[in-house]
Amino acid sequence: MTVIEMRGLRKEFTVRVRAGRLRRTKRTVAAVDGVDLGVAEGEMVGYIGPNGAGKSTTLKMLTGVLTPSAGHVSVCGLAPVPQRTKLALRIGVVFGQRSQLWWDLPLRESFMLLRHIYRVPAADHAARLRRCRQLLDLDEFLDTPVRQLSLGQRMRGELTAALLHGPKVLFLDEPTIGLDVTSKQAVRSFLAELGAAGDVTLVLTTHDLADIERLCHRLVVIDHGRVVHDGTIEALHERYGSRRRLVVDLRTPLPAGFTLTGATLATVEADGHRVAFDLESAEAGTVVAELVAAAEIRDLALVEPDIEDVVARLYASAVPREPAPSRES
Amino acid sequence: MGELRAYAALVAGQWRSVLSYRASFAVETITNIGGTALDVLSVIVIFQAAKHVGGFTLREAILMVSLSSCAFVLADFTVGNIDRLKTYVRAGTLDTVLVRPLGALAQLLIVDLPLRKILRLTLGIVTFGVSLHVNHIGWTLPRVLLVLSAPIFGAVFFGAIFVLSASFAFWWVDSGEIGNAFTYGGRDFTAYPMTVYGGWFRSVFAYGLGFGFIAYQPGLALLGRADPLGLPPWAGYLSPLVALVAAGLAGVVWRAGIRQYRSTGS
Repeated sequence: MTVIEMRGLRKEFTVRVRAGRLRRTKRTVAAVDGVDLGVAEGEMVGYIGPNGAGKSTTLKMLTGVLTPSAGHVSVCGLAPVPQRTKLALRIGVVFGQRSQLWWDLPLRESFMLLRHIYRVPAADHAARLRRCRQLLDLDEFLDTPVRQLSLGQRMRGELTAALLHGPKVLFLDEPTIGLDVTSKQAVRSFLAELGAAGDVTLVLTTHDLADIERLCHRLVVIDHGRVVHDGTIEALHERYGSRRRLVVDLRTPLPAGFTLTGATLATVEADGHRVAFDLESAEAGTVVAELVAAAEIRDLALVEPDIEDVVARLYASAVPREPAPSRES
Repeated sequence: MGELRAYAALVAGQWRSVLSYRASFAVETITNIGGTALDVLSVIVIFQAAKHVGGFTLREAILMVSLSSCAFVLADFTVGNIDRLKTYVRAGTLDTVLVRPLGALAQLLIVDLPLRKILRLTLGIVTFGVSLHVNHIGWTLPRVLLVLSAPIFGAVFFGAIFVLSASFAFWWVDSGEIGNAFTYGGRDFTAYPMTVYGGWFRSVFAYGLGFGFIAYQPGLALLGRADPLGLPPWAGYLSPLVALVAAGLAGVVWRAGIRQYRSTGS
């Protein structure tokens, strides 16, 4: 069942640009430029793209914060802006850079207020809070005012706050931004557990690709307001020709002109004592067998392609389009 | 029903937030009394110079200024802080309000409810009561209803102006203090009998924009005086109508503004 649907979704902003001493020209910029996407129930989708690509704008149109300029959008069968309050009961939203908690109140009281705001039956609320307290280790700071929490503690609080009303869809806008390694891992494993249970659809934007690798089977890459990739991480590697690499430490350098079937020599280091081959979709086993037969090997490692590299190449290759026709104001 | 309890819980939460800074709350509460006292004092000062102003005695004028002031402090207490909307729009923090299952306007009003102004509100009501007492009003049922409703509808009217002027921020983020011209300007205009103003100025503000129906006309009806400007006696009972038109207009503009909201990056 489709939970989120976007067809030809578009959001334009008018930007005023200084042109000369007093004149200013208006220019229309499309932050989101015709996005078509569907997300099925229980899916975990990672949304990535460079700064200003339109990730957050899309998320804000899905949550009813921004009105689309054109196109169709529905979440849980509702139109986000006209049915904003109804939709709010069925979704949870976490903004990595904006707190939704009561700054001067203990975390516990924020949760109580949310119970009233979302009109959650006391028993359901208690059960969900108990689960979050266990999984996110909230107990040690439950009675601390939010303003005194560390960022990692606060983010754990924000996650709990977004889940206490049992949302069908959880939107996370950069949930791990600014967190230290331990807190990032705590957030990730919590989200992984949540996703594994399968009753919540998860959409997250991030700049940290480890979030995606850990959590999302499906990856949507957006740039200049358009979807440039939609599929698995593997599909992304395949499409952009990133290959696994075999790194070999040798006792003696390979003879000149040495070749392997199904692999190409990529680098030679340490006077020929360390070489790397890029594998061409061949099974690593046969390549290693051929190499062992031909040379004396001290050590070898098979390196998975780095998603950071792929995405960096992807961002670099996406050509910015011409801005929409400008009008003089 | 559920929604009302949600709003009640929010008000209680706001109260507890404020009390986490007890000392500054106490100081601000007391310093806030000054405002209402000044409103009334400024009228008294004018009457020190002249026995009659615009054909009204000091006592009569104080009834009007205290009614206007009472309505204004009630509006200022409940709706006044909506002028902070511009900071929410500029910082994009309105996002967090919009993802909750409650009305955006109501949430903002509660989150910014200036509890420190509560003594000022009390003083406004007391002053209005005293001004009624010194004017020896001949009580009838319509006048009793008028006394109870006029401050409330006056507050609705001022509240609508607060919301309207705050809504500028949706279109014009850097709206600065422009809204205050309408809110505080409107209050000061309303504080005096309309007879002190002249010509087109009076026509536009008193009748065109409706400020004359908030304190002046109800004041005349309470005093049992005919309007020197010629409106019939029932004009004193028009404040609900004027207030509801203003509130309706404010609601339309507010909703249009929310749809216009642009948020900010990230």
